Amino acid sequence: MHRFANPARFLRIANALLPWLTVGTVACLGIGLYMALFASPPDYQQGETVRIMYVHVPSAWMALFIYVFIAIASACSLIWRHPLADVAAKAASPIGAGFAFLTLVTGSLWGEPMWGTWWVWDARLTSMLVLFFLYLGHMALMGAFEEQSRGYRAAAVLALVGVINIPIIKFSVDWWSTLHQPASVIRLDGPTIDPSMLWPLLIMGLGFKLFFATLLIVRMKSELMAARVRALSLAQLRNA
Amino acid sequence: MTRKTRRLYFVVAGLLLLGGAGALVLTALGDYVTLFRSPTELLAEPTYEREIQLGGLVEEDSVERHEDGVSVVFRITDLQESVPVRYTGILPDLFREGQGVVTAGTYYPDGTFVAREVLAKHDETYMPREVADALKASGQWRPDGEHGQESY
Amino acid sequence: MEEFLNMGGYAVYVWPSYGLTALFMIALTLSSLHTLSKRKRQLAELEAKRPPRRAPRTAQPQTAQPQTAPTQTAQESSSS
Repeated sequence: MHRFANPARFLRIANALLPWLTVGTVACLGIGLYMALFASPPDYQQGETVRIMYVHVPSAWMALFIYVFIAIASACSLIWRHPLADVAAKAASPIGAGFAFLTLVTGSLWGEPMWGTWWVWDARLTSMLVLFFLYLGHMALMGAFEEQSRGYRAAAVLALVGVINIPIIKFSVDWWSTLHQPASVIRLDGPTIDPSMLWPLLIMGLGFKLFFATLLIVRMKSELMAARVRALSLAQLRNA
Repeated sequence: MTRKTRRLYFVVAGLLLLGGAGALVLTALGDYVTLFRSPTELLAEPTYEREIQLGGLVEEDSVERHEDGVSVVFRITDLQESVPVRYTGILPDLFREGQGVVTAGTYYPDGTFVAREVLAKHDETYMPREVADALKASGQWRPDGEHGQESY
Repeated sequence: MEEFLNMGGYAVYVWPSYGLTALFMIALTLSSLHTLSKRKRQLAELEAKRPPRRAPRTAQPQTAQPQTAPTQTAQESSSS
C-alpha cells in the first residue's frame, strides 16, 4: 500500500490507466444500455417498468460501494495518515452522493406504478435516505473548515460512524418486514433473475463501476493539483 | 505502543462501540422499524383505534367487488391466519389474488380491517413472460411466490 | 418505435429514470473535466511565474515534507 502513498507514483499509474478506464466505461455503458432498452424482455409481472432496474440497482450498488470505499479511505487517513486517503475520500464523495440520490429517485419512479406509492418509510428506503444524508454531511464537513486538515478529519470520523448503515441497508429487507422486496442477486441460493435480465444488469453494474474509477482518478488529479496550487501561491506570497 | 497502533485500536474500539449501540437502538425500536404486521400477529395482539399496517397475500377466491364499482372486499392471509379487508379506492396495477399486499388502515373489534391504502408488493423473481408461462405449463409454478412471500 | 417510446404505458416512469441517470453522469463528468483543466491552467501560470528551482516532472502536493512523509510512514509501519 505504501508504494502508492507517493502522489507522483500514484499519478503515473493513474494516468496510464485512464485511457483504458475511459474506453471500458463507454463500452460497458453502451452495451449495457443497448441490452437494457432493446435486447432484454419485459418482466412477466412488472412489464416494461423492469427496465428501470437497469439504472436503479447499479446506482444502489455504487452508492453502497463508494461509501465503503470512503470509509476505508477514512480509516487509512485516521490510522496511518495516508497522504492520498483524504484526497480519495473527497474526490469520491460527490459521485456517491449522486448515485444515492439517483437510487432514491429512480426507486420512486419505479415504486409509483408497481407498488402504488412514491415513498414509504420502510427500513430499506429509510436507511437509503440516511445514506444520502451521510454523503451530504461528508461533503459539507470537507468544505466547512478554514484549515483543511480539520475538515478532512471530521469528515473521516463521520464516514466511519456512518458505516454501520451499510449492513443495515443490505439486510433491512431480511431483518424487518418491508415493502421493498428481498435481494435478487447477492443471495445464498443464487440469483432469482432470469439470465436475459441478469446480464444487462451485471454489464450496467460494471459500467457504473468503471465510470466511478475513471471519474475518481480525474477528480483526484484535480485535488492534488489544487493542493500544489495552494502551496505555490503561499510560497509566492511569502517571497513577494 | 506507537501512536499509529494506538490510533488503530481507538478506531476499532470506536467502531465496535457504535455497532453495539446501533444494534441496541434498532432492537429497542423493533416495532417502529417494522413496516407491517402479519394476520397472525394482528390476531394475536390486536390494536384498535390506531392506524396500523397489515401485510400478507391476497387470499385466493376472496376478492369481491361491490355494485358501487369502487369498493372491494378481500382477505389477507399469511397462509396460517387471514383477516377480511374492506377498501374503497384505486388498486395498484399489480393487485390480484395471490399477490403480496401491504395495507394501512384501522382494525375493528368485529374483526374487519378497513384499509385506507393498499400497496402491492412484488417478490424478487424476475423473468420473461415465456419463462413464466413455461413454468406454469410444466406445473412448477407456485402462484404465491417461491421466495420472499413465504416469509409472512 | 411508438411502442418502444411508450414503454407499455409506463413511459413517464422509465424515460425520466434513464434521463436523470444520464444527466447526472454527463454533468458530473463535464464538471470534473472542467475543474481539471482549470487547475492545470492555474498550475501552469504559477510555475511560469516563479524562477524554476528544479524541473517540475509531475504535480506533487506540497504537504508538510513530501520527501520525508513516505519514509516516515514506512518507518512507522516497520516499528509496529
